[in-house]
Amino acid sequence: MNDFPWLTLLIAVPLVGGAVTALLPSKGGSELPKQVAVGTAALTFVLSVVVAFQYDAGDGMQFIELHDWIPAFGAHYALGVDGIGLTLVLLTTLLVPVVVLASWNDADDTSPSAYFGWMLALEGLALAVFMAQDVFLFYFVFEATLIPAYFLIGSFGHVDRAQRSKAAVKFLLYMLAGGLIMLASVVGLYAVSAQAGNPSYLIGDLAGIEMDKETGRWLFLGFFIAFAIKAPLFPVHTWLPDTTAAATPGTSVLLICVLDKIGTYGMLRFCLGIFPEASKWATPVVVVLAIISIVYGALIAIGQDDMLRLIGLTSLSHFGFIVLGIFVMNSQGLTGSTFYMFNHGLATAVMFLVAGYLIRRRGSTLISDHGGVEKVAPVLAGLFLVGGLGTLGLPGLSPFVSEFLVLVGGFAHHWVAGAFAVTGIVLAAIYVLWMYQKLMTGPTNPAVSGMKDLNVREIAAVAPLVAAMLLFGFYPKPVLDIINPAVEATMIHVGVSDDDPVVAPVDADQTHDDQATEEDHK
Amino acid sequence: MIEFSKPTLEYDLLWPLLLVFGVACAGVLVEAFLPRARRYLVQTVLALAGTAAALGGVIYVGVNLDDHGPARGEIVAMGALAVDGPTVFLWGLLLVITLAGILLFAERRLEGGVSAFAGQAAALPGTDAEREASTKGLDHTEVFPLMMFAVGGMMLFPASNDLLTLFVGLEVLSLPLYLLSGLARRRRLLSQEAALKYFLLGAFSSGFVIYGIALVYGYAGTMDFGGINEAIANSTGSRTMLLIGIGMISVGLLFKVGAVPFQSWTPDVYQGAPTQVTAFMAAATKVAAFGAMMRLFYVAFGSERWSWAPMLWVIAVLSMVVGAVLAIAQSDIKRMLAYSSITHTGFIITGLIGARSASDLAKGELSSTQAVLFYLVTYGLMTVGAFAIVTLVRDAGGEATHLSRWTGLGKQSPLVAGVFALFLLGFAGIPLTAGFVGKWAVFASAMSAGAWPVVVIAVLTSALAAFFYIRVIVLMYFYEPIGDGPAVTLPSFMTATAIGLGAVATVVLGVVPGPVLDLAAHAGEFIR
Repeated sequence: MNDFPWLTLLIAVPLVGGAVTALLPSKGGSELPKQVAVGTAALTFVLSVVVAFQYDAGDGMQFIELHDWIPAFGAHYALGVDGIGLTLVLLTTLLVPVVVLASWNDADDTSPSAYFGWMLALEGLALAVFMAQDVFLFYFVFEATLIPAYFLIGSFGHVDRAQRSKAAVKFLLYMLAGGLIMLASVVGLYAVSAQAGNPSYLIGDLAGIEMDKETGRWLFLGFFIAFAIKAPLFPVHTWLPDTTAAATPGTSVLLICVLDKIGTYGMLRFCLGIFPEASKWATPVVVVLAIISIVYGALIAIGQDDMLRLIGLTSLSHFGFIVLGIFVMNSQGLTGSTFYMFNHGLATAVMFLVAGYLIRRRGSTLISDHGGVEKVAPVLAGLFLVGGLGTLGLPGLSPFVSEFLVLVGGFAHHWVAGAFAVTGIVLAAIYVLWMYQKLMTGPTNPAVSGMKDLNVREIAAVAPLVAAMLLFGFYPKPVLDIINPAVEATMIHVGVSDDDPVVAPVDADQTHDDQATEEDHK
Repeated sequence: MIEFSKPTLEYDLLWPLLLVFGVACAGVLVEAFLPRARRYLVQTVLALAGTAAALGGVIYVGVNLDDHGPARGEIVAMGALAVDGPTVFLWGLLLVITLAGILLFAERRLEGGVSAFAGQAAALPGTDAEREASTKGLDHTEVFPLMMFAVGGMMLFPASNDLLTLFVGLEVLSLPLYLLSGLARRRRLLSQEAALKYFLLGAFSSGFVIYGIALVYGYAGTMDFGGINEAIANSTGSRTMLLIGIGMISVGLLFKVGAVPFQSWTPDVYQGAPTQVTAFMAAATKVAAFGAMMRLFYVAFGSERWSWAPMLWVIAVLSMVVGAVLAIAQSDIKRMLAYSSITHTGFIITGLIGARSASDLAKGELSSTQAVLFYLVTYGLMTVGAFAIVTLVRDAGGEATHLSRWTGLGKQSPLVAGVFALFLLGFAGIPLTAGFVGKWAVFASAMSAGAWPVVVIAVLTSALAAFFYIRVIVLMYFYEPIGDGPAVTLPSFMTATAIGLGAVATVVLGVVPGPVLDLAAHAGEFIR
């Protein structure tokens, strides 16, 4: 492997591009900022693909860059990607150009240069989050993502100012509260590592520390609460629907499909990676919370009349799946979750963006204001259906593969967990198909009768996502090949292994428990 | 009869301090002998040049300090002062803040050709004499020597190595500040009320200090910090007098930094004083007082840590919580910043209770002194910048400090609103700003010393505090201006420089804090 700082470049390109975009004049409907933004985002994507092709699936952490940053804190500028990180990096770089293209005219009445500038800044920081190999650096960029996110929610959107700023403040306060609780744990890690003799924040160094049980559990809690708010997980999810309802669909995609992945990614990388003992200790509670999220999120999604709220709430259900997959701690669950993070990004982005197209045409987010759209805008309706089918896990589209893996993992953990999780799929079918039926079928609502179908730009924006869903739906092997070695490494570190297949589910449970206790005694 | 012996002074180490006092005295002579029209320019140049020269001197002294193991530097002036690493660091910081302060004091464009200070302080508000002074365009250029005296006191305060010098430093820094607080050109009654309140409460707290000093002297038989430490370490008798003494001296010091329950003056004085004075005072007083507090607690009462640490735990928690809760209810930007400064006092005390002996630290681990020094740098520079911005947002009646007047500032003046938002994010401790690194440092210091309950409360308070900082950003950016809206007056390069200094420091120390942290580490321990 060469020494070229690919990952730094990957962070720097969107940040610099974002700064340039923000400084360009945006008055008078100038297209220049948008062109610069989409060019930067596309360049970033190309770079990430170059990185992906150089990536060697069997070789663990790669493209490592390690420099001292703040020696007094033991903080390093340490970047690197493994299979899990790379998957999320690719998701991010794929989604941003799509979002920029799809949101082309969303900020025309305010300031396109600020809108797309913040988006690119968010991309750069999010990429840094997924590549950080130092807890301090991670925390630093983790919190820094809030600044662009906050301004994206508060400054742009279709609803009135007061509601928007309220949503932005609510979002920020939730995130800050979680982040600050995590700060206590981050600081605690410093104390622990200093006590061990060498203050260092490198994940590698921290994972090697023998932490006393009590301390580990407290620190774990700090991290977990922050990630649960971010993800979001029941009962700290209430910021989610308010935010998606107030933000532009483009912003929502970046928040839900990219930023929220930081929560689940953090659980996988930090909770499991640094606090394996505490993670196993917390598993029962976390699994229960995840199942509540799956079922509860789906149930309240069914009752929504606001499209953007509804799509936001479906994500609550899906994040429940992801968290479930992570904390059942077997290879199917972990692989499924990682892949799920990727697929959820694709499907939800399609739903959000196409819903955004529709809302822009009709001027209303309410499902009841629509009806019979498929007759006037068949392409729009068709793409929406594809996104919806992806969300509900139709075989042939990539989300099915990951959902299936998570469910297998859930059943392997305990059949009750699996059984409850399965209901999430049924409920997903209800909310997606019902929404589709009310929006698109039936007699054409007079208000939508003159609606134009999608133009080339709009189709071109979501086409890559649909293509990716189809491709990985039929042939998930390339992604799974990247993810699997990383998951195996995580499992070895946590000290869990898959159970041998057994016939009676009760026995399987028994074996697993025994094994877990055995591991504890070691 | 005691024979008089001439004291020896180490002029090579002390000359920056003496230079500052010299400049202050020269400023008085300028007032006495120069015609009125020429005083402004001469005073400004004198103060700036003197401060810059002193800053150069401090750097020179710092580079050449002797190294004695964990501490650097030496005890000078017959044991009255200690010029060691932390002293030099604090001196440097104070002088940088002073440079920014002088620039703010000298600003004349905002008030249309006169400074922000009263034309004739002796004239009663609302009288003919006042009107006359203002039509003549009179100005009090005495503010520069007053400020330099205060700076001298502030430099003396953290360097003092015995209780009497400590008290002298405290008074020398306080008296000019009382006076400066009462000199506002506009809203003079408010300003005078602030000055009186500050003076009365300050004098009261000084009384506590002097009584505390007497008690500690009675216990230890010496004023010298090193001697007190020895007396504590060797004594086996009753410590009642010592404990009461420590408590009473603490009252005075905690009053100066505005810690709860001695905070009640802070909002009134910060609001009433001319904003330029508030900017300087809020930043510099904290630096000086925390420097003195650290030396007193670490050096003199170091062996008594188990007595004062719990007290500071309580004070830290109270300051953070009370400051943050009350700040939420404020509708005046200066009062809000005042309450926020109380919260920050709590954070700094959190760093202070992380004190541990050098042998307990791992190699390369952050020390408490280092954390507090760094926090003072970030807080000081951000505070100067934030208050300097407050001077820019004006309407017909002077500064528009009511929060409602700041509505929609992001539309009117994106640059000013943007920089102010940066400072607010810095105060809130969001990464990419210096505030985050500072906060991390003091929390890590406290956590490593086992004060985790304080740290947990501190992070929760930070979340609470974030609310009122964010609220101002919301006002500035997400709302339309009401009526005429606020007007941002374009300042001269002087105020702009002060703001720029704060903004650059906020960003640079947020991203690459390493050099300053290393400098703070290099300052080493307090010399005993």
